Amino acid sequence: MKHTISVLVENKPGVLARVAGLFSGRGFNIESLTVGETEDLAVSRMTIVVGGDDMILEQVSKQLNKLIDTIKVIDMTDKQFINRELALIKVSVNAGNRGEVMQVVNIFRGKIVDISSKTFTVEVTGTDDKINALLELLMPFGIKEMVRTGAVALTREWQKEDPKKTS
Amino acid sequence: MKKKGAEILVECLEREGIEIVWGIPGGQAIPIFDALYDSKKIKLVLTKHEQGAAHMADGFARATGRPGVCLATSGPGATNLVTGLATAYMDSIPMIAITAQVPTKIIGNDAFQEADVIGITRPITKHNYLVKDIKDLAITIRQAFHIATTGRQGPVLIDLPSDIAKAEMDFVWPEEVVMKNYNPTYKGNINQIKKAAEEINTAKKPVIYAGGGILSAGASKELKAFAEKTGAPVGLTLLGLGCFPGTHPQFMGMLGMHGSRTSNLAMHDSDLIVAVGARFDDRVTGNLAHFAKKAKIVHIDIDPCSISKSVRVDVPIVGDAKTILTELTKQCTLRKHPEWWAQINEWQKAYPILYNRKGALKPQYVIEQIYELTKGKAIICTEVGQHQMWTAQFFKFDQPRTFISSGGLGTMGFGLPAAIGAQFAKPGSLVFDISGDGSFQMNVQELIIAVEHKLPIKIIILNNGCLGMVRQWQQLFWKKRYSGVDISIQPDFVKLAEAYGAAGMRVSKEEEVKGALEKILKINDRPALIDFKVAREENVLPMVPAGAAITEAIDYKDVEFA
Ligand SMILES: Cc1ncc(C[n+]2csc(CCOP(=O)(O)OP(=O)(O)O)c2C)c(N)n1
Repeated sequence: MKHTISVLVENKPGVLARVAGLFSGRGFNIESLTVGETEDLAVSRMTIVVGGDDMILEQVSKQLNKLIDTIKVIDMTDKQFINRELALIKVSVNAGNRGEVMQVVNIFRGKIVDISSKTFTVEVTGTDDKINALLELLMPFGIKEMVRTGAVALTREWQKEDPKKTS
Repeated sequence: MKKKGAEILVECLEREGIEIVWGIPGGQAIPIFDALYDSKKIKLVLTKHEQGAAHMADGFARATGRPGVCLATSGPGATNLVTGLATAYMDSIPMIAITAQVPTKIIGNDAFQEADVIGITRPITKHNYLVKDIKDLAITIRQAFHIATTGRQGPVLIDLPSDIAKAEMDFVWPEEVVMKNYNPTYKGNINQIKKAAEEINTAKKPVIYAGGGILSAGASKELKAFAEKTGAPVGLTLLGLGCFPGTHPQFMGMLGMHGSRTSNLAMHDSDLIVAVGARFDDRVTGNLAHFAKKAKIVHIDIDPCSISKSVRVDVPIVGDAKTILTELTKQCTLRKHPEWWAQINEWQKAYPILYNRKGALKPQYVIEQIYELTKGKAIICTEVGQHQMWTAQFFKFDQPRTFISSGGLGTMGFGLPAAIGAQFAKPGSLVFDISGDGSFQMNVQELIIAVEHKLPIKIIILNNGCLGMVRQWQQLFWKKRYSGVDISIQPDFVKLAEAYGAAGMRVSKEEEVKGALEKILKINDRPALIDFKVAREENVLPMVPAGAAITEAIDYKDVEFA
């Protein structure tokens, strides 16, 4: 099963390498990984989507916790959380189907952010399901290029997050 | 007072209680060696290879429980430490490695003798640091020692660019180390301890499975009290040997691939395994699909990652084995388990670990003789291979920290430098390196260190003319296709020892074994080596083939008397 794990780490050089090394060294499967600053400049948040059975997921969390630079590990999956990803999709268009493509993009609340005679570049945010659905609908027109950020996530406010290392 | 970075390093090491540093200098390390030149508290031991320095620091740590320190220059000096760091990391040994680095301004420029040491050692250290600002130096060293010696212990590396070593600042000793994100759990959860006690008090066939964590926690006494109260038989991992007395009536022997059949059968048949300071390594569990199907598992370990990593645990307890065992023992009722012991004694009778003395001199006989002559009172280091397993099987270790061996990584060439480190740590103790003719040649250059420092280490070469352990696998599982294992073209080890200034002897008959051992036991001003010419095709048995269930061992009689 897929889990979304949020990791607060010290914002220092080399931390990303430690986390990435942990995943490759132990053969964990990363689906996506994002890193960025947080409200505290000394802290970065990584959002990692990872697959595996319960025992593997338990190891992933424990191993992440064990890294000295880790402040907190939150497995979002059992919680209420907000999950978003951004995609830029360059889709082929022609005089005959422009309208149709625009309609599809509108339904998904996407934006067309660049236009050429033969392409639209679409910006869309949402859960990965939503982005997958849009991609499927755009596929028949021809997708020339595409980039996805990977998921970022935050838990919903009314929930408490477990403090680090209480096990 | 203003101090240079290198002086701060040396002062911090002194304040951490370090008395010996093993290492080799080089261009970028000169400032550090220059500062060491003035130290009255730290003895610098110049080794011949950085791998030797790392294993010496490791051997020191294993013999004492205190961190060992090794030092190397940038580039090749640092990369030569790699095997030593990985060895210590796999066995959770506290160690500090200091490597010089090229000046901060040219890091990343492929400078002369530059290597990305932080990148290279990241997966084989508990943590590592590149010091880029002299202001961070003292606190980094404090943190490094703190990390290395707490929680699940391990090696920590500090990479120190030479411009930082030369820069100056006002030195203030950081009294306290506060690390808000690093708080290993020591106190076991009381509810979990209670649950464990309930399981133990109702079990009919309990087994205690203990490992190196008992040594790290200094919990040997507590383990013995726990075992004696619960009446459970005890099996140990290779690294655990000595943490519970080898002569104790409740000791079943080593577990795992070359363990006693009794301890493996008992694990398999048990209804409750109490694992303490051990990690269900594949060499112990054998094929996981068949491992201890009838047993509930209580697992006590300081490292949460070790719990439920390969085997599902019913009662996990994270924390310090010493305090947890003390509390657990209080809550356990006194048990004897006569029926369970009747079964165990039956196995012990049916499956003793034996060997056949007929034919050429047998390596097992040599180890038995060392045990008899020393009455077990010695620190025994080993290399890796058959000789290591025979030592584990035939020497009875009664005291903690008297068996020193590379378990997790299985590093040939570990034993000699580790024995040197152990002898530095324990000048009054009798220290052996039990070796094969292959492993001995992997770090033989360090022999001169033992000569230089008059360390009376006893080196036992069980010389079978081949890479015996690999040959054994080829004999048993690869149709005797002996590829790449013959090392019968070899130096004259006696002359080699003498060339180094050590004593050397050769023995090839049983009746000469005792006399030769007695002779080297009397030598106390230099190392002494005996080259025992032993049977070439002897096997370490019993053996659980890799991937088989632990009940499916090949026995001595299946192979040797077949
Ligand atoms: C550095 C290293 N290289 C290779 C191996 C693989 N290996 C394991 S045991 C062994 C043979 C050891 O031979 P020797 O030291 O003569 O001991 P014996 O098995 O004959 O007692 C080898 C090559 C290893 N463990 N370590």
